[in-house]
Amino acid sequence: MSETALPALGTLSAGRDIARRRRLDVLFQVLALIVLCVALAALAALIVDVWADGAGRLSWRFLTSFPSRRAEQAGIWHALTGSVFVIAVTAVLAVPVGIGAAIYLEEYGTRSAIARLIEINITNLAAVPSIIYGLLGLGLFVRMLGFGRSVLAGGATLALLVLPVVILSTREALRAVPKSLREGSYALGATKWQTIWFQVLPVAFPGVLTGLILALSRAIGETAPLITIGAVTFVTFAPDSIWSTFTVLPIQIFNWVSRPQVAFQENAAAGIIILLALLLTMNATAVWLRNRFQRAGQP
Amino acid sequence: MNGAARSVPSLAGLVRQAGPTPAPPQLPVKIQAEGLNFYYGAKRALEDIAVRIHPNVVTAFIGPSGCGKSTFLRTLNRMNDIIPETRVEGQVLIDGRDIYEPGVDVVALRRRVGMVFQKSNPFPKSIFDNVAYGLRINAMAGSRSELAGRVEESLRQAALWEEVKDRLHESALAISGGQQQRLCIARALAVRPDILLMDEPASALDPIATQRIEELVYDLKKTYTIVIVTHNMQQAARVSDYTAFFWLGKLVEYDRTDKIFTAPAEKLTEDYVTGRFG
Repeated sequence: MSETALPALGTLSAGRDIARRRRLDVLFQVLALIVLCVALAALAALIVDVWADGAGRLSWRFLTSFPSRRAEQAGIWHALTGSVFVIAVTAVLAVPVGIGAAIYLEEYGTRSAIARLIEINITNLAAVPSIIYGLLGLGLFVRMLGFGRSVLAGGATLALLVLPVVILSTREALRAVPKSLREGSYALGATKWQTIWFQVLPVAFPGVLTGLILALSRAIGETAPLITIGAVTFVTFAPDSIWSTFTVLPIQIFNWVSRPQVAFQENAAAGIIILLALLLTMNATAVWLRNRFQRAGQP
Repeated sequence: MNGAARSVPSLAGLVRQAGPTPAPPQLPVKIQAEGLNFYYGAKRALEDIAVRIHPNVVTAFIGPSGCGKSTFLRTLNRMNDIIPETRVEGQVLIDGRDIYEPGVDVVALRRRVGMVFQKSNPFPKSIFDNVAYGLRINAMAGSRSELAGRVEESLRQAALWEEVKDRLHESALAISGGQQQRLCIARALAVRPDILLMDEPASALDPIATQRIEELVYDLKKTYTIVIVTHNMQQAARVSDYTAFFWLGKLVEYDRTDKIFTAPAEKLTEDYVTGRFG
């Protein structure tokens, strides 16, 4: 507390050092901006290129037509409905199972050696290549359980694929709920289930939803596991039940891209636009839902 | 004979050092701890605590950080149960019944022994729903009007009603820190406990908000048995009737507050309350 402890401003010897640190600061900011531009430019190039190729083919007829040998008559209806059916089955299977497993592991499970082993395995499963899940789906759903090459088999395979992601992100969201909130609930005589249902889950919901968006977005773009289980590349009808054979947008796009005719390339580009639009719609819905829930607790 | 008689005072001194001063027998006992040990893993946080807490008075727990006062408070409603790898030995009797006995319903216990935390922790819901939560989960209100009545009653008890009555359906996170803490008190009172545990309820509040909480504690002791943990010795002296001084996991001294602060039996207590350490 002595008066000599603070040197006068002019005598501060740190001046040169500060200038150097400021330069580094600016340098880092510029670097980050460049990296961002590179990432955005790649995305913009993709969208512009696809739009230039495919926008001309976009029409109501393209959306509602079935595949054809003649490019100008071919449409995407079968693949679009196929994707929607498959993703719906995936969501119905993966969401409750994934969230339930995460709740058990995070809230009820003990910190035993087995729990740690399970945790490590789930993390590893999230990194397993999707083709492996395709082979599992082929053996388990298509053959053993006799689902055939159906929407159900496809959806179930993709559900297995995204389950680790759903579990991990849900656990993360549950872990982020402050302990004080749980204690406040327990202190009023709430049971564990009441605490989880009324306090923990509503607070964790936005985080859970973010995980679901990521998981389902991954599922909708998957091609390899569905080809493995035998999603056909040329179907002339839309699925009408979970037992129907099906194709999905990425497979249809791949099919068109592999044709030599320019007209089919245009179809592929238009298909990509539809796929992007579907993804965007799904994500927008999830973001809207998330904001609604976040606002519920905010001042 | 004469020599033996002279040795009695020093023997009494030894007895006092070994345990807390027993309360006068005529006072009824609400909470009684006997031989209570508490462990976090292998670390012993409470050593052989024995204390009798009386109904309708305010009992303050004081002591330096890490002395075990909060841990002891949390053994009284078994809040430590939710912390993994903890262990309790000994007894805590509330109204004569051991709450650590097998077969005790912890959920029912916590409804009877309410708790207010150091950092106010309103639920991210409306003011109304915060107070109504405990009533709803315990199915304590038969109708909407009964629920609304109980919410109003609890907010009035916590001296918060006049400030929030026009904004009951706004978020509880929008009110001030002091109001949030009184909301947490209202929330705890709504389920009609008979004991209220308060873990440093005013430590994060400004002096005016602190004063309101202290006035509230003073009013509430007519209806409730209150145990309050505090770092603030003036606060303990102002609001409590009995004070327990904890040090290194042991209960050093427990007596009437005026006695603790004016004529403590232990040197350690005296050093602490006069600010010589801690």
